[in-house]
Amino acid sequence: MFFSEDSLSIGFKNTFVYAFLTMGLKVVFGLALAVYLTSAIRTKNFLRAVVFFPNLISTIAVGITFNSLMHPSKGIINRGLAQIGIAGPDWLGNVKIALLSVIGVDAWKGVGIATVIFIAGISAIPEQYYEALSIDGGNKFDRFRHITLPLVRPAMNSVVILALIGGLRTFDLVWSMTRGGPGFTTDIISSIIYKQYSSGFYGLSTAGNVFLFVMVSVIAFPVYRFLNAREVDL
Amino acid sequence: MSKIRLYFIEIIGLLAAGVIFGIPFYFIINMAGKNGREASLMSLASPEKLQLFDNIRDVLTADKGLVLTAFKNSFLLTFLSIVVLIFVCSMAGYVSQRRVGKATPFINFLILTGLIIPPAIVPTIWLLMYLGIFKTLFSMVMIETALSISFSTLLYKGFMATIPRQIDEAAIVDGASSFRLFYQIIFPLLKPTTATIVVLSSVNIFNDFVNPLYFFPGAKNATIQLTLYNFMSKYHSSWHLLFADVFIITIPPLILFIVFNRKIISGMSAGAIKA
Repeated sequence: MFFSEDSLSIGFKNTFVYAFLTMGLKVVFGLALAVYLTSAIRTKNFLRAVVFFPNLISTIAVGITFNSLMHPSKGIINRGLAQIGIAGPDWLGNVKIALLSVIGVDAWKGVGIATVIFIAGISAIPEQYYEALSIDGGNKFDRFRHITLPLVRPAMNSVVILALIGGLRTFDLVWSMTRGGPGFTTDIISSIIYKQYSSGFYGLSTAGNVFLFVMVSVIAFPVYRFLNAREVDL
Repeated sequence: MSKIRLYFIEIIGLLAAGVIFGIPFYFIINMAGKNGREASLMSLASPEKLQLFDNIRDVLTADKGLVLTAFKNSFLLTFLSIVVLIFVCSMAGYVSQRRVGKATPFINFLILTGLIIPPAIVPTIWLLMYLGIFKTLFSMVMIETALSISFSTLLYKGFMATIPRQIDEAAIVDGASSFRLFYQIIFPLLKPTTATIVVLSSVNIFNDFVNPLYFFPGAKNATIQLTLYNFMSKYHSSWHLLFADVFIITIPPLILFIVFNRKIISGMSAGAIKA
């Protein structure tokens, strides 16, 4: 019965895309920001606080804020784009990019925590490694490629696991921004669960829960195993 | 040369942060201070006459002070959950790191499962109804605690590994009981992790929307996020009130963050990464 639900296959695909894209964005931008914020800039404490700040705003509030920032005609994003001569799309109303817009906002909100974890990981790398590299004549890229990247691995594993699990289970941002719409194009498993629940189909809702549980376990446990097996000790 | 480049990079960073993070923050504060007509334009122009406090008063008095009740509920919920969480997880982390036995792999697996598995809604509600505690603050505290226990325990456990065993041994040799050993010696050493958990978990619980939505229904049970959500559908055109609500909701987490800011990274570095 649950599997005959029309929106389910869309929901499944969306949940998958959502989890992996937000995870990728958080890892890439989180690492880039962490490298930047551990370098010798003066305003780094201020910038760290700024990057972390979206975490303090509730998801619903972020949803409300971006709903109005992404308004097709009055929103600041599209007005800014119009200034430089680009006609901005309807971020949340266009079926092709609605999910991507929500993913972008999720990354905006979540990148702060990833950055903090990466900063903690980078600060744990002993300075001697970098000194050895500079004596051997390595440049900035070598610093990153051969020291930071391999040794920041444990932090990266935490970010990957936390972001993946969070992404698979996400609900409030999607719900506050699009409510699964337009149509069913941004429906994810957890929003389907809520829709079934609120219309009184408790059985279907629980079926959805079980399905989500299986999906999360099938993805998260192997990823966790795989990442832990590849960890290098300092 | 490299100094100039450094300045250049720094300025670029500040500008990017200003656009990507600054504009949305400014937008929230700006919208909260406008009147209804100006707010519906959604522009960045500053308000003709700042009426932030009028808007806040309107929000607080709407629906017979529902927002105030919600604030009280959210504060109580957050505070009680954090107390339980720290009490339980610090001890769990301590024991599970220090005492390694046959059951350890299984217990570790259980903790990890708690981090991964999504909560099932309807069975939980049935269980709460069966116990007769559905729609009570007590059940909500239990749920929020249960959902954060894994992460907090892992954080404590990771940090425990950095505290040398010799400290325990010295205390035991000096004749400290196990309670004294934990509360007078180990627990104070766990301070960075405790600070991290206080910030992260209370922000999470205070900002939680999904669980109160399912497990804490009813008008007088409102939490702060639920009232915001209801405002969203009810005052769909009153953007200024909506944003005034967003503004006052964000203040408590902000204060917490300012107080604990410096401790977060040190708590993370030992705990989250090893976990």
